[in-house]
Amino acid sequence: MSYLITIIPSLMSGLKTTLGVFFLTIIGSVPLGILVSLGMKSPYFTIRWLINGYIWIMRGTPLLLQLIFIYYGLGMMGITFPRFESAIIAFIINYAAYLAEIFRGGLQSVPRGQYDAAKVLGFSKIQTFFKIVLPQVIKIVVPSFGNEVINLVKDTSLVYVIGLGDILRAGNIAASRDVTLTPYLLVGVMYLIMTAIVTLLLRRSETVLNTWR
Amino acid sequence: MLEIKNLTKQYNENVIFKSLNLTVNDGEVLSVVGPSGIGKTTLIKIMAGLETANDGEIILNGNPINTNGESSDVNIGMIFQDFNLFPNYTVIENITLAPVNVSKQPKSEAIKQAKELLDSLGMLEKADLYPYQLSGGQKQRAAIARALAMNPQILAYDEPTSGLDEASTHQVTEVVKALKERGVTQVIITHDQPFAEAVSDRMFDFATEVQR
Repeated sequence: MSYLITIIPSLMSGLKTTLGVFFLTIIGSVPLGILVSLGMKSPYFTIRWLINGYIWIMRGTPLLLQLIFIYYGLGMMGITFPRFESAIIAFIINYAAYLAEIFRGGLQSVPRGQYDAAKVLGFSKIQTFFKIVLPQVIKIVVPSFGNEVINLVKDTSLVYVIGLGDILRAGNIAASRDVTLTPYLLVGVMYLIMTAIVTLLLRRSETVLNTWR
Repeated sequence: MLEIKNLTKQYNENVIFKSLNLTVNDGEVLSVVGPSGIGKTTLIKIMAGLETANDGEIILNGNPINTNGESSDVNIGMIFQDFNLFPNYTVIENITLAPVNVSKQPKSEAIKQAKELLDSLGMLEKADLYPYQLSGGQKQRAAIARALAMNPQILAYDEPTSGLDEASTHQVTEVVKALKERGVTQVIITHDQPFAEAVSDRMFDFATEVQR
């Protein structure tokens, strides 16, 4: 027990990094993902082509590799970002690509008739999107979005590769220093708590969204 | 008065209708009848600004309506075949959404007007339900109230009785008649001959009167 208390401060500081990556990724990737999914329906071939290329690269290569490339690779080309910022950029552009695919599916499942009804009533395109289409998309995408968010909780551990001190790295250091697996156990429990909170929040939002069908 | 002059619609070589002329007088209930798949819905969609015409014009009370697919003003209220209510809003929200956001009516006023409309359609007690909780006939009346809330000069229905049982069809008949009493001009696209005969002042037979 007393051992646990000695390692908790370092795990907590690691947790701060983990949560920072988690929340900033969500805040950045959701709007970017929506924009990208709208861009996929662009009438301009070049835009669609660029977006498809971007999604192909983001989904077709490991996030770990993307992290390395943005921190070390861009650094070698003279474009340097601090570790934390590099991680945030890599996570946002990676997750936006996955979310864009999810949002695209959601957008496609809103029936044409909803747009027609909105148009006849005089709604502008922006009003139609925000007041009529987006709420329906959100309801459709919540379950798959939830999966991505839970993946994100665990994916944050990848930041160790560019030397960021997240919770797993803090556990790793304590485990090798003290020659015990206890820190790993504790780290595992903390991940479970985080994913449990996310799961609970998602269930809540699904319940709220189920007031209409 | 609505005047459709020389309206032509074709998809590539496929002519849907050619030089269609039709006039709807104020306060009149006109049914456009004919078998399904003949282009009746296309006509109503052009009137509502949802489809483009290749040629011709539509004039509503002296003002031309855009037939290039850009609806500029809400002049025509439309009741869709499958209603197209917004599932994420309650009945009353469906009705007040456009007056508040498009016509910038104060919310309290829009709600008051929506309640009066619902009351006149026998739907007041359904105001706070979501569309999925309504029967087909109730959805239709909600859609009618939503269209009327924008004070359209013409109310257009696309196959209002398809998919409705006899009781609901009877209710729609009563609603159309009640709106006629209030002077609402109505255009009804239907292949339901008995219904058309029961509600219309005049019928336009799409199959025999339209050139193709």
